[in-house]
Amino acid sequence: MDDAIRAEGLVKQFGATRALDGIDLSVPRGTVFGLLGPNGAGKTTAVRILATLLAPDAGQAWVDGFDVVTEAATVRSRIGLTGQYASVDEKLTGRENLILIARLLGFSRRDARARAGELLAEFGLEDAAHRPVQTYSGGMRRRLDLAASLVGQPRILFLDEPTTGLDPRARLDLWNLIRQLVAQGTTVLLTTQYLEEADSLADEIVVIDQGRVIASGTSDQLKARIGGQTLVLAPEQESDLATALSIVTEIVGREPEVDGARLQVPASDPALVPAVVRRLDESGIVARELTLRGASLDDVFLTLTGRHASVETPADDAEVAP
Amino acid sequence: MSSLQQTLTLAWRSLLQLRRNPWELMDFSIQPILFLLLFLYVFGGAVAGSTAAYLDFILPGVIVMNLVFVTVYVGHGLNTDLTRGVFDRFRALPIARWSPLAGRILADMVKQAWCVLLLLVVGFLLGFRLGAPVSGVLVMLALLLVFAFAMSWIMVLVGVVARDPEHVQLFGFTALFPVTFLSNVFVPLDTLPPFIRAVVAANPVSLLAEASRGLLSGGPVLEPALWSLVWAGTITVVFAPLSLWALNRRLARS
Repeated sequence: MDDAIRAEGLVKQFGATRALDGIDLSVPRGTVFGLLGPNGAGKTTAVRILATLLAPDAGQAWVDGFDVVTEAATVRSRIGLTGQYASVDEKLTGRENLILIARLLGFSRRDARARAGELLAEFGLEDAAHRPVQTYSGGMRRRLDLAASLVGQPRILFLDEPTTGLDPRARLDLWNLIRQLVAQGTTVLLTTQYLEEADSLADEIVVIDQGRVIASGTSDQLKARIGGQTLVLAPEQESDLATALSIVTEIVGREPEVDGARLQVPASDPALVPAVVRRLDESGIVARELTLRGASLDDVFLTLTGRHASVETPADDAEVAP
Repeated sequence: MSSLQQTLTLAWRSLLQLRRNPWELMDFSIQPILFLLLFLYVFGGAVAGSTAAYLDFILPGVIVMNLVFVTVYVGHGLNTDLTRGVFDRFRALPIARWSPLAGRILADMVKQAWCVLLLLVVGFLLGFRLGAPVSGVLVMLALLLVFAFAMSWIMVLVGVVARDPEHVQLFGFTALFPVTFLSNVFVPLDTLPPFIRAVVAANPVSLLAEASRGLLSGGPVLEPALWSLVWAGTITVVFAPLSLWALNRRLARS
């Protein structure tokens, strides 16, 4: 068993909903593994099973070689977990939260204080260390939450949507912290709704939908499958939509999807944009909107399942104007 | 680290919250004092003829009433930990499975003891004097804590079932007000109309108040104390398994 995390055929049912419908995962040591999917895809359920918080209905999983059901106590001593919601005590200060975790992990009073001090410095929380967490910003809370899961220096870290709800600046800060951890040899399993996040952090990505793995590979492999970028075109006059559609189809070599008065199509070659502009000009069509934007989770989904993912795009989604 | 130490650490954490949240401390410290003063000076003359005589009667009663209200914090705290994800953080740590709950209940016992002693001191300042051996105070404290422990299990259930901490508080006060007022805390049993007298006499709040009066000022102790323990035992036997079942069910469903 050389993988840091391995799962075989995980199934979990909540009432009538099948949250996980047979998931296999294998995460090599020292890598970042991205679990990508929209809300309700089963990401959190998978993490909760791997972190021993939930028992699977069927299937088996091992973390650091230990079975998450029969050897749960050992698994708990190897992992750190940072949930979707900042799971620190809001009424305690940042320092008290870290000391509490350290004491629970068996640190002596003095060692607990020292470890808390180290982490507060490392995570840029020294100035706020004496303040109750309820006065922290979202980004500070998330950093403290991450620090809390690192008190015992776990070899394997689960990050369940670590940057959801954070502003772009705080998100970048957190990404850098995660990269540092990985550089020190920690294995990270990360769930996210943002392709961009998985792209920037993960060595390998698994896309899940309705409790099943629908695609897996490196970020580049996935992008190659979905074309990487999307061409969006909205003609000024709606009556021009049909003409625009045939122009785009001809140039891209693939029929765009019509979304209201807008056309969208995966497009990998940036040279397509000037070609489209030229043809539209020749046909006398004025574009209200013409952009080439980076692939979003929605594009991945549309390509893989033919359905839209119901997620909001991150605030800093890169848009490339023609 | 032993599971006992983990429990103590988690109890310490619950008490540490008070330092950052003085309102809660005020809530269960100032409120019973206000109740005591208001009832003492407003009703004292009418019910017992004088405030001095009434103090002997209601001080033990207010102590018991407050004890019942303070148990709401077990449910409130547990629900906060469950809804905010703190409980999950603890469950993912290599610590004893029962220590987060035990820590919460232990911290509640400390709060309870604090309240009882605080009210005794306030009573003393108002002129209350022991009419029975000092050991009676310790026996009363033990009896009250046993009952508070039993009540905690009801509050664990409320904390598990409630949607958010505000609902725990709402339930706590709407359900516990009638329970504490339908008792002999403020008025003697024989002044009540016969149809509610039976209910009031069987109410554990009345039984505890009566036993406490006996232990502080002299009077019957054994019978009301035994019946209080029967109540505490029954509540624990029914609600401890029920609460744990509900807790595990909630944890398995998310």
